[in-house]
Amino acid sequence: MSNDARPDGGGRGRAYTVRLELDDEPGELLSALEPIAANGGNLLSIFHERGSITPRGRIPVEVALEATPEGFETIVAALREAGVAVIQAGSERYGEVLTVLLIGPLVDTDLSDTLSCLERRADASVTDVSLSAPDGTDGTSTARIRLVTAEVDRALSVVHDAASEKGLDVIEPLTMKAATETDAGTDSNTGTDR
Amino acid sequence: MKLAVVGAGAVGRAVCSLAPEYGHTVVALSDSRGAAIDSEGVAFEDVLARTERGEPVGEETPDEALDAPYDVLVEATPTTLGNAEPGFSHVRRALARDRHVVLANKGPVAQRYGDLRSAQRESNGRVLFEATVAGAIPALSTIADLGAENVTAVRGVLNGTANFILSRMAAEGLDYEHVLTEAQDLGVAEADPAFDVDGTDAALKCVILANVLADATTADADATANDSTAAKDGSTTAGGSSGRTYTIADADVAGIEGVPPSALDLAAEDGRTIRLIGEVSDGAVRVGPRLVPEGGTLAVTGTQNIVQLETRHAGRLNISGRGAGGPETATAVLADVGRLESERGS
Repeated sequence: MSNDARPDGGGRGRAYTVRLELDDEPGELLSALEPIAANGGNLLSIFHERGSITPRGRIPVEVALEATPEGFETIVAALREAGVAVIQAGSERYGEVLTVLLIGPLVDTDLSDTLSCLERRADASVTDVSLSAPDGTDGTSTARIRLVTAEVDRALSVVHDAASEKGLDVIEPLTMKAATETDAGTDSNTGTDR
Repeated sequence: MKLAVVGAGAVGRAVCSLAPEYGHTVVALSDSRGAAIDSEGVAFEDVLARTERGEPVGEETPDEALDAPYDVLVEATPTTLGNAEPGFSHVRRALARDRHVVLANKGPVAQRYGDLRSAQRESNGRVLFEATVAGAIPALSTIADLGAENVTAVRGVLNGTANFILSRMAAEGLDYEHVLTEAQDLGVAEADPAFDVDGTDAALKCVILANVLADATTADADATANDSTAAKDGSTTAGGSSGRTYTIADADVAGIEGVPPSALDLAAEDGRTIRLIGEVSDGAVRVGPRLVPEGGTLAVTGTQNIVQLETRHAGRLNISGRGAGGPETATAVLADVGRLESERGS
C-alpha cells in the first residue's frame, strides 16, 4: 500500500508525462499548465514541439510533472475539464523523482562529468540541475539535481558513490517507509511554527 | 522521595530548585569538587551562593554524596563517551544499594546499555532516563506507553543548537560561522559546540532510542523462551535485532558544519529546507543533514525539537517542544522520579 508515504504526510511524488495539443495562441500554454499547479503537480519540464504542428494546426506539448498517483488522476481530470486536449496521460510513467543536493568543489570536479556518470551508472535521467556558486568557480558550491529513476534506492547509492569519489557531500531527502497506511491525519501535534 | 543529585550544572541545579514543588527533598548535591549533604534537605540558596563565589557546592566529598540516605540518584554529570565514566559507576553504586537511578547523563544508556541492564537485573532499583532524549519531550514514556515493540521507527530533530543554526541560516542567508557566533552570544550554543554541530549529541539520543526499541524485541524473545522452552531457537522476532545493544560506534553520523548557505537557498527554491535529522529504523541508526519539506512537520524552527514515532497500529505520532535547557530537562527528570514514586506507592 502506501508504504512509500513521506514522513511529512502525503505520498511520494512520481514522474508522469502528459501529451497535450494546444492552439497556437498566446496564453494557451499558461492556461494549460494552471490545472497542474492548482492540483499539487510539480512541473519538471515542458517540451514545446513547435516543429511538429499537427494537421489541425495545433502544437504538441509534452509536459513532465511530479505528482502522487492520486494527484495525477485529479490533474488529468482537471485538464480535460478545462478543455485542454490531453492526447496521452501517464502511459510513460518512468519512475520516481529523486532530488539531492551535492556540495563541494563542483566546478573543479567537472559537474557535467558527475552528471553523466550518474545517468550512466544509475540508469536515471537528470531532469533538472541548479547550481549555486556564490564564491565563483573555485569555492564550495551546491548543485540541486533532480533525477528520475525506476529505482530510487539504487540511484541514491550511485549518487553517494559518485560523490565520495569526487570528495562531494550529499544531502538527500528524508523518505522513509511508513509502517501503516496513514499520513498527516494522525499527527497529534504538528508544532511547526514556533 | 529523597534525591541525591550528582552534577551541579544547569540540569542538576534546576532539579534542586524544582524538587520541593514536586514534593521531593534533595538530600545531597555534588559536583566534581565537593558535596552538600543534609538529610533534612540541602539549603539550595547556600549552595548557589557558594558556587557564585567559585567554591565547591559543599564541604563534604562527592563520594559521600553517593552514600547519602537517598531513594533516587539523579545522575546529571556531563555526558562522556567511551566507557561513560564516571556516570556509569555512579549508577552501579546506586543499584548495588538497591536504589533507583534517574539519568540526565546520556553516556550510560548510550554507551553501556547492556551493562546497565544486567546491573539493574541484580538490583531492586530501577533506572529511568526520559531526560536523555529530547529534554522535556516525553519520547521514552510515550514509547513505553505504546509498547516499544509497536514502534517501528523513530526520527526527528533532536538537537536544538543545530536546528537553530540551520533555521537561522535559511531565514537570513547567513553562513555557518556567522550564525554559530550569534548562537553562542545568545547562549543557544556552548563555547565548544562540537557535539551539537557534528551530530554526536543527536546520535547519542538515537542510540538510546535504538537500545530501547531493540530491548523490546529481546524482552519478547525472553518471554517466548520462558513460555515454551521447546521453542529455543525461536528467538528471532519481528525487529530481527533481539539481544543487540548499540553504541555511538554503530551510528552513521554527519554534522552540519559543511552545509553552505547556497545549499539552503537551492533547497528553498524547491520548497524544501535542510534539517539535522536523526533516524532509527530497521536496526540502523543514522544522523545527518537531510532535505525535508519547508514548513512540514519535521521542519521545526529555532531551538525546537521534534520526535516522530512510526507505530504499527496507530500511524504516525509527532511530539515537539523544547529539547534542552535546565528547567526543561529537569521536568523530564522529575517526571521519572514521579513514576518511581507511584510505583512504590502501588
